Amino acid sequence: MAVDLRSRLAHVELPSPILTASGCAGAGRELARFFDVAKIGAVVTKSVMLAPRSGRPTPRMAETPSGMLNSIGLQGPGIDAFLQRDLPWLLSRGARAVVSIAGGTVDEYAELAARLSDASGVTAVEVNISCPNVEDRGQVFACDPGGAAAVIEAVRARIRYDVPVFAKLSPDVTDIVAIAGACVRAGADGLSMINTLLGMAIDTKTLRPALAGVTGGLSGPAIKPVAVRCIWQVHEAFPDVPIIGMGGVRTGLDALELMLAGASTVSVGTAIFHDPSA
Amino acid sequence: MTGERGEPAALLTPAQVKGTVLTVRRVDAYYAMTVIAPGVAARFRPGQFVAVAVGGPQTSMLLRRAFSIHEVRPDHGGTVEFVFAVAGPGTQWLSERRTRDTLDVAGPLGRPFPLPRDPVNALLVGGGYGSAPLFALGDKLRGRGGAVDFLLGAASADRVFGALTARRTGRTAVITTEDGSMGARGQVTDLLAQVIHEARTDVIYACGPMGMLRAVTSLASRYDIPVQALVEESMACGTGVCMTCVLPVIGEDGVTRMTRSCIDGPVFRGDLVRWDDVGTIPFDALGAPGWKPRPQAKPRLSARPQPPGRQPAGKQPGGKPQPGRARAGPAAGRRGHGR
Repeated sequence: MAVDLRSRLAHVELPSPILTASGCAGAGRELARFFDVAKIGAVVTKSVMLAPRSGRPTPRMAETPSGMLNSIGLQGPGIDAFLQRDLPWLLSRGARAVVSIAGGTVDEYAELAARLSDASGVTAVEVNISCPNVEDRGQVFACDPGGAAAVIEAVRARIRYDVPVFAKLSPDVTDIVAIAGACVRAGADGLSMINTLLGMAIDTKTLRPALAGVTGGLSGPAIKPVAVRCIWQVHEAFPDVPIIGMGGVRTGLDALELMLAGASTVSVGTAIFHDPSA
Repeated sequence: MTGERGEPAALLTPAQVKGTVLTVRRVDAYYAMTVIAPGVAARFRPGQFVAVAVGGPQTSMLLRRAFSIHEVRPDHGGTVEFVFAVAGPGTQWLSERRTRDTLDVAGPLGRPFPLPRDPVNALLVGGGYGSAPLFALGDKLRGRGGAVDFLLGAASADRVFGALTARRTGRTAVITTEDGSMGARGQVTDLLAQVIHEARTDVIYACGPMGMLRAVTSLASRYDIPVQALVEESMACGTGVCMTCVLPVIGEDGVTRMTRSCIDGPVFRGDLVRWDDVGTIPFDALGAPGWKPRPQAKPRLSARPQPPGRQPAGKQPGGKPQPGRARAGPAAGRRGHGR
């Protein structure tokens, strides 16, 4: 039985509405051992930065009820290696690449956008302005409408006109609709939500934080109701803006729930760790 | 990070299967579980591991538990056995499985132990149930005409895994326990030098807690004996995507990278792991805070080789105190078992 699952990401058509969530699929290569990466809608890559980055010390992970905390800290090879190695690999497998980018300053985001403009085969760009695992919470652009808008504007200005720009939002804000509005007005073609929630766990045996980075990002089914709420609120306010929904999706019904809230496509994240062929 | 040392062979071959539990045996302080998993068994090479989902389909425990494969057998189309200690709700659940229950198993994962081309005198050093992956390796080495000696240690007799097998299959087998309840009182590193001399060891294969691996590597380097160390770093996915299980490892180009033990390991050349810096980001690691690529140069080729272990741990943010002595026993192992 062939089911037509074609979906749209802004103006780009995808064969399926299911994507990987950034940070949970690397650049696709590892997961290709378990399923065909060309069959899903797109691989959303782990956020890439300008320079290589070592990330945070270990332990970087703590299991929590129906979820996990991570404090990876954006470990990655940097944009040069990504463009040389990872992106061509994805394209050679016939997969579509939604490239997630992260930076510490507006200029870094702009530079990344410019570098991606020169590359071919970028289906869309997801601008990660909401990674909780950075040294300075003030650097989380998604916590401030002005900061969020500045980044999106800079990226939109430098990226090729036909590559849609999605802003990845944090649920850790008082009014996510205000941030979403700022991003849309700054030129975002769509929104991705939600990133992880800032959380913390303490090991009651050692009386120390479970993560070396002390705080980390909470993901998994535990945060699904938060995702549904955020998507619903933003979709109510901006019904025409496409939304990539993510947060705790494990089953088809979970994906349906996010779509009912207003998502046009859905990313699967933490569940991949549990079941790489999910 | 993949591909920096060539495409890892391990990337090409794992399977994910719904396995059927054949047996769960109590072995002293541990459990040994045998699962019918043909796709996994057929591809296995010593040193590789499985990542097992725990808690059933509706589980609230999302992370797979990684266990070294102890043994594979051809019966029932292929079975895989792994050894674990109950240390948390996940391993508790595993220990309660019974024959004919099903289990989601992914594997074999990771890089196996490299095998020498020529017959060698190999010393296999195991701490706690870190010895589990060593017996299949011993069989392979003997099959190539080499001599295999064992040095196993743990906190107490019930935590030495496979002493009998070691005595039966090894040319020699030395056991140490910290409480003296089996073999010599003390730790494996207390007797390592003596065993190396007596066995005329050419190469050491070791698996156990980080502290033990660090001590074994440093002692072996005095005798110029190469060490292949299987690390028990804690993992979330076991498949290379989550970046949880990283260690500072020196690459062939001399640059230290935070390297995934699930896909570039779990077996590493002992002298390339910066044991003193495990749990930190060394200042000279690729992409460390303050690290700058040279302009116009390919970043990963630009840094000069650094001798290992220069930066004292603990100076780094999040640095943790180093274990004073090599420890053995399940409490010290980190992979999959604290959960």
